[in-house]
Amino acid sequence: MAISRRKFLGGIGAALGGAAASLGTAYGASNKHFKGHPNSFGVLHDITRCIGCRKCEEACNTVNDLPKPETSFEDLSVLDSKRRTDADIYTVVNRFNTPEPVFAKKQCNHCLEPACASACFVKAFTKTKSGAVTYNEKVCVGCRYCMVACPFEIPAYEYHKALTPSVTKCTMCFPRIIEGKLPGCVEICPKEALIFGERDKLIKAAWQRIYKFPDKYTAHVYGEHEMGGTSWLYISGDEFSKVGMREDLGIKSAPELTSGALAAVPIVVGLWPVFLTGAYAISKRKEKIAQQEKDQAVAETLANAQEEAAKKLEDLREKLNQEKASAINFEVKKALEEAAKKAEEEKQAQEAQEEEEPDQADDADGEDPSKEDE
Amino acid sequence: MATENTQPADSKFTPFNIVTGIILVIGGILTILRFTQGIGAVTNLDNNNPWGIWIGFDLLCGVALAAGGYVTSAACYIFGFKRYHSAVRPAILTAFLGYALVVFALHYDVGRPWRLPYPIFYSQGTSSLLFEVGLCVFLYLTVLFVEFTPAAFEWLGLKKIREVVVKLTMILTIFGVILSTLHQSSLGALFMIAPSKLHPLWYSGYLHVYFFVSSMFAGMSMVIFEGTLAHRWLSHKMDDTHHHEAPGVAFGFAKAASLIMMGYLCIKIIGIAMDNNWHYLATGWGAWFLVELIGFVAFPAILYAMGSREQNMLMVRWAAVWTVLGIVLNRLNISIVAFNYHLPSADRYIPSIMEIGTSVFIVTVGIVVYRFITTRMPILYEHPDYKTH
Amino acid sequence: MDTIFYTLQDFMIFTKGITYIIMGGILVFMPLFWCFLTQRDED
Ligand code: SF4
Ligand code: SF4
Ligand code: SF4
Repeated sequence: MAISRRKFLGGIGAALGGAAASLGTAYGASNKHFKGHPNSFGVLHDITRCIGCRKCEEACNTVNDLPKPETSFEDLSVLDSKRRTDADIYTVVNRFNTPEPVFAKKQCNHCLEPACASACFVKAFTKTKSGAVTYNEKVCVGCRYCMVACPFEIPAYEYHKALTPSVTKCTMCFPRIIEGKLPGCVEICPKEALIFGERDKLIKAAWQRIYKFPDKYTAHVYGEHEMGGTSWLYISGDEFSKVGMREDLGIKSAPELTSGALAAVPIVVGLWPVFLTGAYAISKRKEKIAQQEKDQAVAETLANAQEEAAKKLEDLREKLNQEKASAINFEVKKALEEAAKKAEEEKQAQEAQEEEEPDQADDADGEDPSKEDE
Repeated sequence: MATENTQPADSKFTPFNIVTGIILVIGGILTILRFTQGIGAVTNLDNNNPWGIWIGFDLLCGVALAAGGYVTSAACYIFGFKRYHSAVRPAILTAFLGYALVVFALHYDVGRPWRLPYPIFYSQGTSSLLFEVGLCVFLYLTVLFVEFTPAAFEWLGLKKIREVVVKLTMILTIFGVILSTLHQSSLGALFMIAPSKLHPLWYSGYLHVYFFVSSMFAGMSMVIFEGTLAHRWLSHKMDDTHHHEAPGVAFGFAKAASLIMMGYLCIKIIGIAMDNNWHYLATGWGAWFLVELIGFVAFPAILYAMGSREQNMLMVRWAAVWTVLGIVLNRLNISIVAFNYHLPSADRYIPSIMEIGTSVFIVTVGIVVYRFITTRMPILYEHPDYKTH
Repeated sequence: MDTIFYTLQDFMIFTKGITYIIMGGILVFMPLFWCFLTQRDED
């Protein structure tokens, strides 16, 4: 028992070693580099220009046919509390006191390598070549993994719809931009705090502003590299962490974060059958050897016993034979004597009949004595 | 329990049945609420906290604790551990029920449950770890079902089909282990996409390895724990082989679990070192992390070791319960407690009473079905007609 | 240990160094634990 348990543990240990070796290090993408769709669009949000008028929120509500909120878009008191996107609010403007009031708009950033798309197990999200990340409500199961995955906490869910809930988020006004129109929020912004254009050009424009007014801007274009880069870009006077944007997200895109674990999957499928059938074969073999040893031991004892029995039998037979032989000899002698006597008697009677008797007596020594009596 | 003073005239009104009945009725009401008013009406989920205990407990813990199926059948059929044979059937049954319940629970959690087959049959999001989980759980549930059918066939007296399935045992076991390795680890890897939301002490590039390794001792502990419960309540259903082998199984698994838990402890420490997360240990999160790691991994591992050294069944059983709690703690930490650690406390998730009620309901359904099956089919004993194999 | 690392190289040198020490510790600890675990069942 103890030994076989150890074998079992040894097997697990070996499997574990293999697991650690194969699961820990594999990466899918090697040194391939993906630059995203060429000439895709984006939006540059200049936080220093935003006045918190909420016109973009209103425009977004209108162009997306969203239900009107209870408090009107004119009411700026909603800025007193921090808000995030919601099922029927695709964009919000928040106020940050740094200590001067600063306003920053928040909506889907349309990542170059969207975490939501990487996470979705039915491909509901698509990074289109326009730059917009679109969502297909027709396949969405409602697992909400996209919401877990999005580092910017953007997608929202219609939790109160019983049967047809969907994920919602800013579409970058995809239907409008393919018609050649501007996104609703960009179009309405009175201060040009939002600029729509090709992402590459927007990055250049952003840096130009930063170079031109180094005192006004912090030298960081948010979204240029965050989480692999986003189509929506930001420049700000204050550090971004002061205006509600996380600066600790890193620059690794979502697919890079999971490629290692994903790469381990086929390796397991490739190697586990080998390990497992190997372990099976080993345990089978050990079993077989054990069985053989057992069989052999049994056979040996059996053989020994047989040999002994045979020997005993032989001895017995010998003894018997000896006894028999002596008995036979005795009988034969007796018979011979008798025969001799008879013969003499008969000789006297008829001289012709006495040829075979001594021959037969010789044979009888080795063979069946029963015939002899005849 | 207020059930004490009900008349014992009708034997159906045992306290167990009454409590079960109440839970099932409440569960039924919650089910109606969920599917008429929406997820929002029964849960405290929101846009920041899209996953609650229906994922953290029902899915993550359910799958981890159902690992007994692959662990036991691997020990018996692959690693040649024949003495575990009588433990295989109950373990397969609990695994099958466990997975079935997980899938059942998912119908409550996802927004449009009738689309659950979509990822496999309609629109495959292969870049997602959830796709991997879904595919493996689907396949594994099928494997478990097939592995379980001999018991049902024996019950129904269908000898021929049973023979066919029994011949497939080996291949099914290997399939089961591969699929389990994959989805147990992928469940952990689900969180690798969100390093900015999961506390660094729990986030690791090794998350998938952690989940896989911990699923092994979770499964073993669950087998010991269920064995304890079954012995207490279903002893009359067991045959001599089962009674005879059960302590051996418990001690064998105790020793294996102890060793694997120590290995797990080692790789957890390596995880901290690799990401240089030592300084977090001095924070409140660090204290909580150490509670999990020392209190619910190292401690039960030592308890297991001592129980196995001294052949002390009581100690082994306590260690099993403690380990199971530790697994639950770990899965809840990753999916709920340490998830969204950066949000202000007002935005954090606390399950609603109705969510908890639904989870209790689902576990109860599992217990009822388990009892139904074990009191009828040859699970804890060998069917007299099929003794020799 | 609030050393600030500016390069991945420095970070790797440091963390891998610690990890190797831990690995050594594990290689000593695990056999001991194994002995503790199985000491009594040599029969
Ligand atoms: S910001 Fe979030 S929702 Fe928008 S594309 Fe990126 S990951 Fe997806
Ligand atoms: S909720 Fe819908 S869109 Fe989001 S990951 Fe799940 S299936 Fe995909
Ligand atoms: S791009 Fe369109 S959907 Fe997005 S925030 Fe602006 S108006 Fe709303």
